[in-house]
Amino acid sequence: MVAIEYYVILSAILFTLGIVGVLIRRNAIVIFMSIELMLNSANLAFIAFARQYNELNGQVFVFFVMTVAAAEVAVGLALMVTIFRTKHSIDVDQLSSLKG
Amino acid sequence: MLLREAAATNYFNLVPWVVFFPVLGILINLLVGGRLREKMIGVIASLAVAASFAVAVLLALSLNDQHAGTIIAFMNLEWISIGDLHIDWAFRVDTLSVTMMLAVSGVGTLIHIYAIAYMHADVRHHQDPTRYRRFFVFFNLFIVMMMILVSADNYLMLFVGWEGVGLCSYLLIGFWYDKGKGGANHLDGISNALAGKKAFITNRIGDFGFLIATFLMFGAFGSLQFDTVFTKAPFASQGTILAITLFMLLGVAGKSAQLPLYVWLPDAMAGPTPVSALIHAATMVTAGVYLVARSHELYALSSQAQNIVALVGGLTALFAATIAVGQFDIKKLLAYSTISQLGFMVAAVGMGAIVAGIFHLVTHAFFKALLFLSAGSVIQGVEAGHHAMEHGSIKESKHKRGEHLNEGGEFDAQDMRNMGGLSRRMPVTFVVYLVGALALAGIFPLAGFWSKDEILAEALHLHPAVFVLLIIAAFFTAFYMTRQIWMIFFSKPRSRPAEYARENSLLLTLPLILLAVLSVFGGALNLPFWHTLTHWLDYTLAEGAKVGSFNYLVAGLSTVLALAAIALGIFLYGKRYQAQAKLPAAQRPVDPVQPYLRGAFTGIQHKWWIDEFYDWLILRRYVALSRFLSYRFEERFWHDWLHDNAIAGSFRQTAHFLAQPVDLGIIDGIANGLGTISQRFASWIRRAQNGFVRSYATWVLAGMVIILGYLILR
Repeated sequence: MVAIEYYVILSAILFTLGIVGVLIRRNAIVIFMSIELMLNSANLAFIAFARQYNELNGQVFVFFVMTVAAAEVAVGLALMVTIFRTKHSIDVDQLSSLKG
Repeated sequence: MLLREAAATNYFNLVPWVVFFPVLGILINLLVGGRLREKMIGVIASLAVAASFAVAVLLALSLNDQHAGTIIAFMNLEWISIGDLHIDWAFRVDTLSVTMMLAVSGVGTLIHIYAIAYMHADVRHHQDPTRYRRFFVFFNLFIVMMMILVSADNYLMLFVGWEGVGLCSYLLIGFWYDKGKGGANHLDGISNALAGKKAFITNRIGDFGFLIATFLMFGAFGSLQFDTVFTKAPFASQGTILAITLFMLLGVAGKSAQLPLYVWLPDAMAGPTPVSALIHAATMVTAGVYLVARSHELYALSSQAQNIVALVGGLTALFAATIAVGQFDIKKLLAYSTISQLGFMVAAVGMGAIVAGIFHLVTHAFFKALLFLSAGSVIQGVEAGHHAMEHGSIKESKHKRGEHLNEGGEFDAQDMRNMGGLSRRMPVTFVVYLVGALALAGIFPLAGFWSKDEILAEALHLHPAVFVLLIIAAFFTAFYMTRQIWMIFFSKPRSRPAEYARENSLLLTLPLILLAVLSVFGGALNLPFWHTLTHWLDYTLAEGAKVGSFNYLVAGLSTVLALAAIALGIFLYGKRYQAQAKLPAAQRPVDPVQPYLRGAFTGIQHKWWIDEFYDWLILRRYVALSRFLSYRFEERFWHDWLHDNAIAGSFRQTAHFLAQPVDLGIIDGIANGLGTISQRFASWIRRAQNGFVRSYATWVLAGMVIILGYLILR
């Protein structure tokens, strides 16, 4: 049985990768994927702790997260299609018309 | 008998109606008078006064039946109740007040009837027929006020009437307020209004005296009710009584035109003639006499006060009689005669001869009303002649006719020099005028003879000095009346309008005839040996009325003097005037008596310069004081210095200080500074809003890291 620390560290590494991806990449699809990475790192942490404490709550929560992620994909991809149609690009730095 | 008694007691309840009937007349004329014909308005007003007279007669009959003739007060309505001051609105029915009611409403009715005809012509002469209704409303209002005055049960209610008649007098003197004969001040067109103002202000001086007397009375006796005052009066100090009576005398002098406040009455002749007859001869001006008679119990307590009142009356009687000799205006002469006769009455009531005074008041009301109304008839007759001439076939230049023009340069229908020979043109007026003049002169057996001789007889044994004054005044009276009769009615007409003068209609002459009858038989009220009026008034006056004995010596002396004066008058104005008329204008004296009196006549003609003296003594000083106050005090000090400099200036400086440094500097500085600061802060902070999604995400991350860091590390 693998110790819980390894799961948590892996989860943290994956979350940090997700954050860095969101912050430094300009391609909307990559940002999107980074967000998925963060969600899944959270899922990993949930599963790990659920198993550690023999609780079903964490596993149930993972299903919710996956559902939300699926819904998010649906909305997010739709947005991206629309953005591409108007801007002919999916570079998020092009979407700065709301700046003060 | 039972029925009669029941009826007699009931009549007293009618007493408010002596006031209500004229009020009703006013209301009808005010409400629907605009839609009525002119005659109807006059008839309603006259009927109102006649009804009032009828009530007065019923009251007199009831009093006579009661025999006691005691004082009966009706309608005790609480009027004023403040602290110790309790005043009721109550009508007092006693023989004195009923006598006055009868005189006022009786003569008033006749004058109202006369006014229907007179004002018909007058409003057309002055080209404003709309004033016809107003005249009768004012006239009825006068009757209302006079009735309140004579029926009052306390001094304050009397004062209401007193002021009310003063108001009516003012309104009616200034009835043609936008007209006037120029006058000495060249204030063209408003001399009538000025005359009204003069009367009002002069009366105000008198009213001041009356009010002070009322206050003193309340202070001394704690009441203004007649009976209470008279019961408590004997316990008051001499000084109090003297002060009350003398202040009251000031009021009497104002209202009854006595020295030194008589000056308003001659000017009051600016009003229409019925007004002169009713208000300024027969009734209102006798209010002062009534007041003294009413308060005789107060005067009886102070012989000094009686002395002064009697002397004021006597001096006024003589003084005004001398002025009357030099007047050319038909109404002005009668006005001075009225002042003189009022002097007789005041002297009589002052001496304590109350009955004689009231008797003369009543007879004088008859014959002086008669004289004034006849004078009005003469004026309208001459005016009619003038009118016929102006608009008829005869056309001549005014100066060629040798008429005496007034200051306005118009023909003066009141100037006796424009008259003469009217006895043939106006026979009815002539006869009644002659009756009035003889009654005034005191010729046996007319009314004036009895009343004047009663005063003279009483004066001889009560106050010899006043007797001398009065008997000389009586001589002058006979003289100026002869002069007037001769100038108006005898010899040849001295102007063309007089030649064409017309007798007036029956409506106008009928009241004259009735008054003439009263002037002849009025003396029967109080003949010697019968003393009807004395016994009648005795119920009210108690010890005030003494049955005087008829003094043959006095009667004979006054008759001789009157006849002598008439003879002298006929000589001067019958013969000398004719002779002088033939002289060239430069040598012709102003008046036949002028060569005999010389300087004195100038004095008489200028009314002894009393108006000028008052003008110099009071008006100039007053105007100077007003000017000083208005210019120096009000304008310079109060307005320029205090308001403009001190208050407005310092206010302006304070405002300037607050506006410049405080408001602009501090308040605006704070507001603007806040604005600038927030603007700068905003422009600094707006840089965070760069529109890049990644930078927003960085902020979210940073925030989350901080919050989580805090939660973990705390």
